[in-house]
Amino acid sequence: MNLSLIISIAKSLLLARWKQTLVAAIGVTFSITMFITLLSFMTGLNDLLDGLILNRTPHVRLYNDIKPSEHQPINMDTAYSGGHNFIQSIKSGNSRQEIYNSATIMRTLNNDTRVAGYAPKIITQVFFNDGSIDISGVVNGIDVEAETRLFHFADYIIAGNAADISRQANSIVLGKGLADKLLVNIGDVVQVTTAKGELFPLKVVGYFQSGLQELDKVQSYASIATVQKLMGKPGNFITDIQIKLTNLEIAPPVAKEYASLFNVDAEDIQTANSQFETGSSIRTLISYAVGITLLIVAGFGIYNILNMMIYEKMDSIAILKATGFSGRDVKRIFIVIAISIGFFGGLVGLLFGFGLSYGIDQIPFNTASLPTIKTYPINYNPMFYVIGSSFSLITTYMAGWFPSRKASKVDPVVIIRGK
Amino acid sequence: MGNTILEAKNINKEFHDPITVQVLTDINFSVNKGDFVAITGKSGCGKSTLLYILSTMDTDYTGELHIDGEAMGNKKEAELARVRNEKIGFVFQFHYLLNEFSVIENVMLPGLKLNKFNRQEVEHRAMERLKMLDIGHLALKNANQVSGGEKQRVAIARALINDPFIIMGDEPTGNLDKKNSELVFDIFKRLAEEFNQTLLIVTHDQSFAQRTHRIIQMEDGKIIA
Ligand SMILES: Nc1ncnc2c1ncn2[C@@H]1O[C@H](COP(=O)(O)OP(=O)(O)OP(=O)(O)O)[C@@H](O)[C@H]1O
Ligand SMILES: [Mg+2]
Repeated sequence: MNLSLIISIAKSLLLARWKQTLVAAIGVTFSITMFITLLSFMTGLNDLLDGLILNRTPHVRLYNDIKPSEHQPINMDTAYSGGHNFIQSIKSGNSRQEIYNSATIMRTLNNDTRVAGYAPKIITQVFFNDGSIDISGVVNGIDVEAETRLFHFADYIIAGNAADISRQANSIVLGKGLADKLLVNIGDVVQVTTAKGELFPLKVVGYFQSGLQELDKVQSYASIATVQKLMGKPGNFITDIQIKLTNLEIAPPVAKEYASLFNVDAEDIQTANSQFETGSSIRTLISYAVGITLLIVAGFGIYNILNMMIYEKMDSIAILKATGFSGRDVKRIFIVIAISIGFFGGLVGLLFGFGLSYGIDQIPFNTASLPTIKTYPINYNPMFYVIGSSFSLITTYMAGWFPSRKASKVDPVVIIRGK
Repeated sequence: MGNTILEAKNINKEFHDPITVQVLTDINFSVNKGDFVAITGKSGCGKSTLLYILSTMDTDYTGELHIDGEAMGNKKEAELARVRNEKIGFVFQFHYLLNEFSVIENVMLPGLKLNKFNRQEVEHRAMERLKMLDIGHLALKNANQVSGGEKQRVAIARALINDPFIIMGDEPTGNLDKKNSELVFDIFKRLAEEFNQTLLIVTHDQSFAQRTHRIIQMEDGKIIA
């Protein structure tokens, strides 16, 4: 209908009480600012913690588990196929950890469009000899280039150079915790005893720090060729293929598919890390709850101020009605007042929220366990701004609704007679 | 009867709080185009109550009310608001102006609401009416910066903005001194005689009533003359 008239009347009423209006708008501004900052910071933190694990976790991992054969000989014998066969004291077969036909598998992966990349790997247990003490550890034989491209390996090298393990024969990168235990420096040689009992000298070319201390106390990295030599295995021996997909969501079905196609074990990221999802979603939930609570409090502020304004403006409402404005027009005037408080308060809140989170983003944040992080993490997801602004409009609309309804029901006769 | 502007038939009104009292009993009368009518009577006889019913603001009554030949009885709130906007102009005892607006904006508001003319035209019409009432120089003043008598003239200008069929007033001179009362009365008289404007004015002031064209005398909720 005649919206511009409604808006201009609302504006005049607002400006006539600009101090109260300002207080109400500041309430909205404050809550939106906090909402944006809280969510940006919390989500930034979540992403960081998730990234700690997820960045380095393959979406699908192919490997061979040591486990009893699913096809026990008796089940294959047609003479016994009629009944239930109870077998006791099953032992794992002499199955090897090696992935058979790894070259064929990798060729297939190269041609699969769902695969963003893969990195072959050998994992083997060893003892690091430090004088009379043996420290058990794990040596990962990796393709440094692929590992860096897919899993940010180089980001976690805190001293030395990741690429050195592929350039220098018999070199190794030690976890920081492990290096501290062994008391070795870069350039030193560590003695490694393999599971088969052979002694092997390896030159330390760098330290690795993942941020997970338990990992750093046992992990070490060498080139695939070095580890193959260490284990006395041929050049095609690998134990793991780590696959990164273009879309993380399809990991479970892809894992299942590869498991049967290549006849290996396949683990998807969702199964491997289900607990992290829960942690982040609870943190996010708490941030939303706090943010929305703030908005509701601001909503009550608006409700109060509108109620007061309506009480003060009874005469004006009566005269508007007497001169031909309907209850609906009056209601709209007050709804417009409420929404504009929400709109302008919210807009400034979005700007302040951005400013505050940008400020937090500049604060230095150094911790030994997170070597790649220099400042507090902030997630600038535009979604928070969309949610923040819609919530500010919705709460102010709701806060304005009851007072507006009250205003629309004002009986001009009662007011005019009461004068 | 083509020029009957307002017609009341068997209007009865009761208040139920705290006890049921019959305030208006069987009110029958009509106002023709160009009439200048005064309603008088003792305090508490129901004049204001009647005027609120005739102005469509009070809908809690029995009987029939026709304005410009249209029955008001079964109209919705928004439709009645439209009737007030278009066909009725109001002047109250206390000059109800909106203090958030300037004098001319106060006059313009009902015109803008009617939305028949654009903003410039409404502003022009408002200025015409202010000038006619000798208060053109106050146009840009704030509504609470003008005197009581001036406010009442602003209220009359506002009542005139949409060329209403009828102007209703509830003791429009009740709060004014002698000089300003005269001024307001002269304006009403001029409107009636020069512009053939229909007026229905409730008043206590006998000298005021005497000088109108027709007097409706009330007593205890009934019309006696
Ligand atoms: N809301 C109400 N509830 C109950 N009784 C009311 C109410 N409003 C008015 N009355 C009564 O109705 C009667 C008529 O009131 P009304 O205001 O119409 O008188 P009036 O003729 O305008 O008087 P005055 O000349 O003093 O303005 C009075 O007796 C009054 O007490
Ligand atoms: Mg009265």
